[in-house]
Amino acid sequence: MWGRFVTQRLFQLIPVLLGVSFIVFLTMHLTPGDPIEHMLGQAGRITQEQIEELRSHYGLDRPLVLQYGRFLANAARGDFGPSYSHHGRAVASVVAERLPATLELTLFAFLIAIVFAIPAGVIASLRPQGILDRAATVGALLGISMPGFWLGIVLMIIFGLQRDWLPISGRIDLAAMPEYYTGLYTVDALLSGSAPALWSALKHMVLPGIAMAAPMAAMVMRMVRSSMIGVLGQDYVQFARAKGLPETTVVGKHALRNALIPTVNIVALQTGLLLSGNMIIETVFQYPGLGKLAVDAIAAADYPLVQAVVLIYAVSYVLLNLGADALHAALDPRVRVA
Amino acid sequence: MGETILEVRDLHTHFSTYRGLLRAVDGVGLTVERGETLALVGESGCGKSVTALSIMRLVRRPGRIVRGAALFDGEDLLRKSNAAMRRIRGGRIGMVFQDPLSTLNPTFSVETQIVESLKVHGAARGREARERSVELLEAMGIPAPQERLRAYPHELSGGMRQRVMIAIAVSCEPELLIADEPTTALDVTLQAQIMDLLAEIKEQRGLAIVLITHDLGIVSQFSDRAAVMYAGQIVEYGPVAELLEEPLHPYTQGLLRCVPRLGRPDVPITPIEGSVPDMTALPPGCRFAPRCPRVEDRCGGEMPSVYRAGPGRAVRCHLYEGVGEPECSRESG
Repeated sequence: MWGRFVTQRLFQLIPVLLGVSFIVFLTMHLTPGDPIEHMLGQAGRITQEQIEELRSHYGLDRPLVLQYGRFLANAARGDFGPSYSHHGRAVASVVAERLPATLELTLFAFLIAIVFAIPAGVIASLRPQGILDRAATVGALLGISMPGFWLGIVLMIIFGLQRDWLPISGRIDLAAMPEYYTGLYTVDALLSGSAPALWSALKHMVLPGIAMAAPMAAMVMRMVRSSMIGVLGQDYVQFARAKGLPETTVVGKHALRNALIPTVNIVALQTGLLLSGNMIIETVFQYPGLGKLAVDAIAAADYPLVQAVVLIYAVSYVLLNLGADALHAALDPRVRVA
Repeated sequence: MGETILEVRDLHTHFSTYRGLLRAVDGVGLTVERGETLALVGESGCGKSVTALSIMRLVRRPGRIVRGAALFDGEDLLRKSNAAMRRIRGGRIGMVFQDPLSTLNPTFSVETQIVESLKVHGAARGREARERSVELLEAMGIPAPQERLRAYPHELSGGMRQRVMIAIAVSCEPELLIADEPTTALDVTLQAQIMDLLAEIKEQRGLAIVLITHDLGIVSQFSDRAAVMYAGQIVEYGPVAELLEEPLHPYTQGLLRCVPRLGRPDVPITPIEGSVPDMTALPPGCRFAPRCPRVEDRCGGEMPSVYRAGPGRAVRCHLYEGVGEPECSRESG
């Protein structure tokens, strides 16, 4: 049953990717800015002929439809072409270098958000309008209202500049760099048994992680709270109490599992937003991930690189939703049949 | 009369609402003997369920048990520690709710829900708990109990779910079962089956039942004594046969006139005029006075006492003053 479910979903990926690639392709090519000019920079002594030559070298002189067709054909084989802004290095290798950084940071932010939001939502729901609930509401309001870049800068000023507690840019202290296994520095640090590397990698993720996690934590917390309040009024919760179960079991098992069902989708959506949010956060924190790569690539009109990064985002969205559906089915036996 | 298993005295449970204090249970007293069935009868909103929840100490905010006592086997449940109360719930007192669809947790299998009850009360664990669960389902008349254990509530029919709920409620051999409208959500044929099942369980296990219902047919068939509740108070109680044969309180009389008689189309159905009073703004005197066909001048301003009216019978009505001895004060009872 799971096999079919997953295969079906993966097939649904195809039209999504086609659509996304088409839109990105079109937008990039319709945006002002000529990649060749970016590539050549201020160099004035280049003749129009040379420019035309470069243009035809990268195939930019052909009709858009043909360019798109070639892009699709190559992309299907995993070849996204040479990056204009990275001295012609293959896009795939540029992306592969940055992907682990973003994965690591996003996962870290995700964990911060979940670990904070679910208990906070549960606690707030136990006494609606109580002191803890009100405090959580104020916190959530702050988390939702503060723009990520602003929160990031405030965190940098407080914890990085006024007090020198946490690093405000980069992924790791170069001196502590672990051996390369996966590109995820925390994992590499564990694999190479280097405590300083682990510590340094974690420290570098704290501020950007918090800045990314804040809005997600706020939304998830509110969702857990409201669905817990609904669930706690259900008959089965009362019946669980009438069975003589301790309150921790009643809340933590009977109520929470049901409250998490509607929360799963919000978590998936918010994780998607984490991904798109990391463009801003990675830029603010000079964190060498995909988000920063994308921002730089857009500025350089590096079509192939932007296309590849956006496709990765699209795939992760689809995979996230697939994961959410699977988790939904795991939590709720009523949806398993369908 | 046998040994008393439950005695509720002067129970008051109030809800503070935006519209004011709601006295859902206002001085209820009742006793249940071991092995008997006491029916608690009344319209929706009269406080039957809140009485039951108060006994179980499951009233949720904004509700609060203000005063009173609920002596279970001589010990006051309202003064027990939370931990002691948890051992009693589902252990010595089982409870069955109205709607089996919403009362079983949709995300856990039948097995999980039965076994966790057995485990928490130390009745059985591991394989033994599984075997006990199968036995229980079998005893509840559920076919293919092994398979049903793996099922989730949504895969079972309404009657089946109600049997599962009863199985859970009696899993730890309680001495008292509180059944809050156990058949209201079921259709008539299932009602009869579930009531027969309850009667059988009561017979076999010798437990006492507090049966909350608004169905006088069920009261007459399945209970030994009945207490009629109106607007948070018990207005009449007594042995079922006598109470139904010769109701004393005008409200009980009215209730009986509302029941259609099968095969007697000549007997008219007479509804009780008016409606249940606003529980946040109760009349100062008898709460039934505004609807009572036999209302007197003093009924509106003076709360009637409870009068004894024959062996085991009592009624809260001015009409019986002088007929029987007042049983308790005007304020409570």
